[in-house]
Amino acid sequence: MTDTPRAAPAEEAWEAVIGLEVHVELATATKMFCGCSTDFGGAPNTRTCPVCLGQPGTLPVTNRGAVESAIRLGLALGCDIAPSSQFHRKNYFYPDMPKNYQISQYDVPICRGGALEVSTDTGTTTVGITRVHMEEDTGKSLHIGATGRLHGAEYSLVDYNRAGIPLLEIVSEPDIRSAEEAAAYVAELRAIVLALGISDAKLEEGSMRCDANVSIRPRGSGAYGTRAEVKNLNSLRSLRRAVAYEIERQVTHLEDGGEVVQETRHWDEDGGRTYTLRTKETTEDYRYFPDPDLVPIEPDPAWIEEIRASLPELPAVTRARLMEVHGLSREQVAVLAGAGLVAVLEEAVEAGAEAGEATNWLTNEVVAWAGERDADPARALAGVHLAELLALVADGTLSKKLAREVLTDVLEGGGTPREVVAERGLEQLSDEAELAAVCDQVIADNAEAAEEVRQGNAKAIGALVGGVMRATQGKANPQLANKLLRERLAAE
Amino acid sequence: MIDLVTRSALELRDLVAAGEVSAVDVATAHLERIHATDERVGAFLRTLDDEALAHAADIDRRRAAGEDLGMLAGVPLAVKDLLCTRGVETTAGSRILADYRPPYDATAVIHAREADAVIIGKTNMDEFAMGSSCENSAFFPTRNPWDLGRVPGGSSGGSAAAVAAFQAPLALGTDTGGSIRQPASLCGLVGVKPTYGLVSRYGLIAFASSLDQIGPFARTVVDAAELLTVIARPDPRDSTSIPKPPPNLLAGLDDGADGLRVGVVAEFFGDGLEAGVRTRVTEAVERLAGLGADVVEVSLPHAPYGLPAYYLIAPSECSSNLARYDGVRYGLREEGATSAAMMAATRGAGFGTEVKRRLMIGTYALSAGYYDAYYAQAQRVRTLIARDFDAVFANCDVIVGPTAPTAAFPLGAKTDDPLAMYLNDIYSVPASLAGIPAMNLPVGLDDDGLPVGLQLMAPMLDEPVMLRVARALEAAVGFATTPRGPEALEAPAAA
Repeated sequence: MTDTPRAAPAEEAWEAVIGLEVHVELATATKMFCGCSTDFGGAPNTRTCPVCLGQPGTLPVTNRGAVESAIRLGLALGCDIAPSSQFHRKNYFYPDMPKNYQISQYDVPICRGGALEVSTDTGTTTVGITRVHMEEDTGKSLHIGATGRLHGAEYSLVDYNRAGIPLLEIVSEPDIRSAEEAAAYVAELRAIVLALGISDAKLEEGSMRCDANVSIRPRGSGAYGTRAEVKNLNSLRSLRRAVAYEIERQVTHLEDGGEVVQETRHWDEDGGRTYTLRTKETTEDYRYFPDPDLVPIEPDPAWIEEIRASLPELPAVTRARLMEVHGLSREQVAVLAGAGLVAVLEEAVEAGAEAGEATNWLTNEVVAWAGERDADPARALAGVHLAELLALVADGTLSKKLAREVLTDVLEGGGTPREVVAERGLEQLSDEAELAAVCDQVIADNAEAAEEVRQGNAKAIGALVGGVMRATQGKANPQLANKLLRERLAAE
Repeated sequence: MIDLVTRSALELRDLVAAGEVSAVDVATAHLERIHATDERVGAFLRTLDDEALAHAADIDRRRAAGEDLGMLAGVPLAVKDLLCTRGVETTAGSRILADYRPPYDATAVIHAREADAVIIGKTNMDEFAMGSSCENSAFFPTRNPWDLGRVPGGSSGGSAAAVAAFQAPLALGTDTGGSIRQPASLCGLVGVKPTYGLVSRYGLIAFASSLDQIGPFARTVVDAAELLTVIARPDPRDSTSIPKPPPNLLAGLDDGADGLRVGVVAEFFGDGLEAGVRTRVTEAVERLAGLGADVVEVSLPHAPYGLPAYYLIAPSECSSNLARYDGVRYGLREEGATSAAMMAATRGAGFGTEVKRRLMIGTYALSAGYYDAYYAQAQRVRTLIARDFDAVFANCDVIVGPTAPTAAFPLGAKTDDPLAMYLNDIYSVPASLAGIPAMNLPVGLDDDGLPVGLQLMAPMLDEPVMLRVARALEAAVGFATTPRGPEALEAPAAA
């Protein structure tokens, strides 16, 4: 499914060359260079202190937790961890940047030279990781006025709660060749970040951000074309659409005899197009130089090994294991992983659930529930509770229909499946004597339907089963009710 | 009251501790001295009478109650207006921060207050510490108490003038390329620039971060060592602070110079050194030999490149450090049609000429295409200078030379010639670039009756040896900080 289809001849003649810059907001308790909380959503300017407000005389101190997160990601991506790396200042004036420089890493980043394997429908490719570096986030400007943008604003307000939040920037080699690969790369990177627990990595909320450098060249050429940097990619869908659009735009432009100019372009999600944000002539000289307020980062090799030993299983390994051990399909694994439900599945299997059955419940019911409520399903459901629910279905206590209701209650925080069943009196009615009495009453009340069954119209039994279900408020075991009704109507 | 203001910090502390005078009396005497003289000296941007008297009264109360007192209990302290004081205007000598009240205290200020030093006021300075005469203050120039027609030096000119004028026995200054040592030299005081990282820079409004250090002004070596002891502590808020206990600065102070090897820097006695300064400094070196020191001539071959390297590195860092003064969050704001116009108007109106000059130089030096030729090249020179010092210190305990090429010069003499002004720093910047401790010791008067200073330099964290040699020479020289006598300043200005 490509939103912007490309003309076949162009696709054959041209090759896209794509590199991605991904920013990840770290989930450390405090900011990159001060002790302020990183909690999202406080009243404006409440998560600030003299340091992150850039008050005169204040100094930054590097957050060790952020360095650890950078090393974790670097190791997971197979990067070399620099024995000594450095912070630089990136100088430019902007009101939401308290010091009018950003502390970032420049020519000596903490991690270099990793790789990420990326799979799409058309195959698997390895994307090189150029570097992973640390930096601080800026504040947020709110422009008050008709346009809602800086130009034309009557005045602007700035919230510095975000200023100083630690970021990792992950820069890929220009190894990506299609919009699909770009999206798959970001999805895989996100899965790794989530597995490492270093960020909640939400593209829509900006805790993971992505810029795409796109160029094209004649297929077979080793040289690079002029690239455009595309910004404002707030979902995997935006990324896929924007890159596809940009490839198409550049191909059309070159085939029409034009030239691609080096520039920054903005993706307009509603319009489905990119437009020029700034050209190379107006890009700034950031006057990078080593930040004299900070000392080089020189992680103890023993600490790096400790971090390496503490790395969790990486998503690619997990996926292979799920497919091999539990016989799940690639698609099922993808849905489970995308919803963050792998651990829930494994816990359920550990607690006795059958993997295929548990996966069906997770990828259908649980994912649908989470989608409707925009909730994190892994927080709402414990694997042991899923196993318990499936056991209740297997032993006939719950019908599948009732089990769905119980699951919803469990997801909404109503307790364990057994607690919900007990509280709501939902046990399936499987007592033969009790159910036989109900069946006799239903036959007596529906003489016409009963007669039809006796005459050999097997379909008519449905109305009688429905009567039994109504009479028991849905608790009757439908298979048992069916059996009892047939016995009675055959005997007469 | 004259009696109290001429006392050393240690004498005042002991008098207060013994209950012979109250801390309130000491503070009152100094505040009265300031109010009687400062209209003519211009050392203070503001005095903190109420806060000082309240702190002094608290010290007296605690003494009466038998509680422990800090090691500078009751000693008045003047603080350069580059150090943040919570809730009290801290201007950096600039119009752009004229009404700025920091929400926190500098670490050095906290340590001084915890030692029960009584902060009596904030002192004048060259704007953002850029200058060597105190004439770059956005508010008014400070005058040299030895001769009110002359400058006190800079940038910590207010702190130097306050101690020389007996307005305070101690002051805190900051030194980036000589801003403590040069005014100490011009005002006849002891002034110490510690090893880079010995004193926390947290709360020091940055000029050039890799060079800035806080240090003491005093009229005696012992007083300076006491104040430095109070402020020299590791600080987790400053990543460049040395994370280990500081050396003991007081233990061996009276051990003399006998048997120590003292290097005399050949490059510091070339053209541009005033004859009167040369004479007094040479005499001081001879006295050191007389004290039993082994005096040898040494060479710092790259030292002559120190000044140009310094005037690239410091402006480069300041061009970034001063970017935050944009009118958005604090300080001056000039309105503009856009945020960029507002920032430009604010900075245009808020910064003085010298600050703008250095911002321009630094911005240029860091620009793409010029970085390697200027900033990176200056950093290479810095490394070479540090190696020169290492080589010399392999054979010397301390090295000496003049602190400044001239004695105090008349106000206005160099304001139209920035290069002439920069040359004041020619002997002080090498130690700054190397990060080593250096200090000024007054060693006599020139033919105009103006103080001349000797600079002493030591290896990293070897302040104890440097102060010990200074203490020995101080006793031998017998220099008295008596600028025309303390009473002279109280009389009406001569016509």
